[in-house]
Amino acid sequence: MDTTTLILSQWQFAMTSIYHWLFVPLTLGLGWFVAYFQTRYYQTRDEAWRKHAKFWGKLFLINFAIGVVTGIVQEFQFGMNWSEYSRFVGDIFGAPLAVEALLAFFMESTFLGVWIFGEGKVPEKVHLASIWLAALGSNLSAIWILIANGWMQHPVGYTIVDGRAQMTDFFAVIGNPKAWVMIWHTLADGLTMASFLLLAVSAWHLFNKKNVEFFKTSFQAGALVGLIASVILFLGGHTMGQYMFETQPMKFAALEAHWDTSAPADFSLLTIGDLSGRREVWSLRVPAVLSFLACNNFSCEVPGVYDLQAQYEAQYGPGQYIPLMVVTYWSFRIMMTFGFIMIAASAWYLWSSRKAGYEKAGWLKYVPLTSLVMMYGANMSGWILTEMGRQPWIVQGLLKVQDAVSPKLTALDLTISLIGYVALYGVLAVVMVKLMLKYAKAGPEAAMHESVDVAPALVGAQD
Amino acid sequence: MSHETLQIIWYLLIAILWIGFFFLEGFDFGVGMLLPFIGKKDEERRAIINTIGPVWDGNEVWLLTAGGATFAAFPHWYASMFSGFYLALFLLLVGLIMRGISFEYRSKSPDPAWRNRFDWMIAIGSFLASLLLGAAFANLLRGVPIDQDGNYVSANGIMTVVGLLNPFGILGGLTTVAVFLLHGANFLGLKLEGELKKRVDDLAKKLWIAAVVLYLILTVFTYISGYWQRGMVNPGIIPITAVVTLLVAGYFINQKRDGWAFIMVALNIVLTQVTFFSIMFPNVMISSLNPAWNLTIYNSSSSAYTLTVMSIVALVFVPIVLAYQGWTYWMFRKRVTTDKKSLVY
Ligand code: HDD
Ligand code: HEM
Ligand code: HEM
Repeated sequence: MDTTTLILSQWQFAMTSIYHWLFVPLTLGLGWFVAYFQTRYYQTRDEAWRKHAKFWGKLFLINFAIGVVTGIVQEFQFGMNWSEYSRFVGDIFGAPLAVEALLAFFMESTFLGVWIFGEGKVPEKVHLASIWLAALGSNLSAIWILIANGWMQHPVGYTIVDGRAQMTDFFAVIGNPKAWVMIWHTLADGLTMASFLLLAVSAWHLFNKKNVEFFKTSFQAGALVGLIASVILFLGGHTMGQYMFETQPMKFAALEAHWDTSAPADFSLLTIGDLSGRREVWSLRVPAVLSFLACNNFSCEVPGVYDLQAQYEAQYGPGQYIPLMVVTYWSFRIMMTFGFIMIAASAWYLWSSRKAGYEKAGWLKYVPLTSLVMMYGANMSGWILTEMGRQPWIVQGLLKVQDAVSPKLTALDLTISLIGYVALYGVLAVVMVKLMLKYAKAGPEAAMHESVDVAPALVGAQD
Repeated sequence: MSHETLQIIWYLLIAILWIGFFFLEGFDFGVGMLLPFIGKKDEERRAIINTIGPVWDGNEVWLLTAGGATFAAFPHWYASMFSGFYLALFLLLVGLIMRGISFEYRSKSPDPAWRNRFDWMIAIGSFLASLLLGAAFANLLRGVPIDQDGNYVSANGIMTVVGLLNPFGILGGLTTVAVFLLHGANFLGLKLEGELKKRVDDLAKKLWIAAVVLYLILTVFTYISGYWQRGMVNPGIIPITAVVTLLVAGYFINQKRDGWAFIMVALNIVLTQVTFFSIMFPNVMISSLNPAWNLTIYNSSSSAYTLTVMSIVALVFVPIVLAYQGWTYWMFRKRVTTDKKSLVY
């Protein structure tokens, strides 16, 4: 192993995971919306609900397709790029991954197939059930992958035998409290993302005076669910902060760039550091809030980075145990700021949408762009904080990233694959965004008649 | 249960997952490769895609499950194989991404050039995936240069792709492509009607000849190279039966007995995999450098505890998955027509 292959592997993993994760949360949340719309149609026989299911279903599928193909890469990457990691954790980490495939991926892909192709071919009740099962399947898959990831953040239910982690308690692994707060926060994240997509697309149509009745319904649904979900998301995030304080104190100190132990500890809203990132030049501080984040009271002691570094060196031997502070500090602030704005925004949207004539308001113009930036910005920052804050550990306290990488991969191998992924994913992103915009703008009618309005000439002519 | 029994059970289970994958995804790779050659008009291509539309993703999950189960049950096998075949797997992923995305996106624009491009991506992606999987399995049988730590070593910088491209590997890849093409043609024969079906049936006859020739060469090559004698289990008459099923398939294709033709090729695929896993046992990765460095089910597995837990999970959920997957095939058993009104786009 040399540093180049390590760094290339890290970049590749980060890039492909972030990319996969751009699509997943929307799947998690939007599935529930589509299932709900479909159910309303089943109950009321009102064509408008059917249109809702079709239109949002279309966007769901365009997004889903990329989630699926990039997910396969994720499944293989552990062995391909992190073979030493796989050897070390296989007993424990492999289990939830295998269960995920067996329990969730089969369910999700099979029933989604039934939903797409089954309308009019399978009994209507079965068709309705299939979208619920597909939505449930994708959320189950999130649960299992987060159990796996939760174990990397906070290993439980294991013992070390011959330098490998072995599972001793399956129920401890699946009941890992760290994983369950991640699950709580992430499933709410999915719903929040989907709600803001509804808001963004609906606001665009309302502002452009297209399909007004249709999108008033969607806008309200998005605002209502968005408010509830983003509040749950905040509560989950706050709980996560407390778990992090207990289980990964270094990550916690790093998200505040909290150098020196103090009680009570302040929280800085922004900081301008010097170039080394080691010292602050100026910062805007709120007293005692960091203590509140850590332990729900305003006075507890929060250990600082220097003390923790010394403590880790005593415990694990000499080394650098401090994550990249600029990244953890700012990613946390981005996520949190957007989180608060999202709560406020969805509350405001909900409140306004009860008044007549709001669909003519000028502010609707700003909803699409701000929603999209907040959704994807907060979402990416959250994971970057989680994963970068874990450095240098790949499994907290047990295995370092530098010891986890596949030892015989060469820089050439990695350069080829990295360039390949960047090119392929880049093209996919362009195509996907184009399609999303096209279908989002075309509105419900196009989603209903797709097979009729496109009847091209001989394809063979192009052959 | 003893650790050893559990290891054997998990070897069998993983074998079953691969068999399921090759049987199911085999025809949908075949259908993918045939798509631009058989479908001339847009609705024909759409009809061909729709024969596998509802099921291809579910079929692909067999591969993910095989991967996940290998990770959980035999971490060293997973680590050695996936890092060792690095670039080959990367290309396999590229192939799977190309085809997966195209199924969903090809009808999202009325532009014929757009559609044609995605159709070719389906074909090329399916071809790449079949070729590489065949080559990878052939190389597993042949042995790969792994050292005492289970790591694939090679002097030439680009390790795997070049390494896999030995005559036996190439032969394995091409044979897999040919058999999958035939399997796909037979599947289409069952699912299409009219003019399209006629085209498929004619093509199946030619594909059969190619498959038989390649398959026979592969069998003979495997036999004379001595790869048979590596493991502890003698596959007995299974390989011969596999050859026979492929030959018999030709008879049924000529007799236009689609169902039987499909079953025979399916059996050929299953029996080929059974042969493979019998010859390998108890090895999972054969080292071409030193037999003492072989990875076996005994030195690459998880602990007895993990295997027990996973056995219980598998015992409960595999039957459920089989039941609903089988049920979807039953739901969509009708032939697909090119009638535009009934086509799902
Ligand atoms: C729309 C997305 C979004 C929004 C608005 C928020 N989060 Fe978040 N957050 C995530 C999306 C996310 C995430 C991407 O889903 C993460 C990454 C890992 C995880 O489980 O969730 C995450 C992780 C994450 C972590 C790291 C956990 C760890 O590493 O152990 C903390 C402490 C918080 N969040 C806290 C918050 C707080 C206090 C928020 C204030 C409202 C907040 N999040 C809003
Ligand atoms: C889907 C959202 C995720 C995102 C956006 C994400 C992001 C990242 C990032 C940015 C890194 C690189 C850190 C570095 O610079 O070293 C990383 C590393 C890694 N992550 Fe994640 N991650 C995600 C989910 C997961 C999950 C669910 C798992 C495991 C189940 C996981 C396992 C890993 C591993 C094994 C590494 C490589 C080792 C390392 O660099 O620490 N990630 N991830
Ligand atoms: C880095 C580790 C990850 C791995 C190994 C992984 C694996 C996979 C695989 C193999 C698929 C394709 C399934 C199919 O063919 O149907 C997939 C899709 C999916 N994954 Fe991931 N995934 C990772 C990260 C995540 C995370 C963190 C979540 C959720 C919290 C998640 C949730 C999903 C969902 C919901 C899908 C469905 C398809 C979609 O995205 O639209 N994955 N993933």
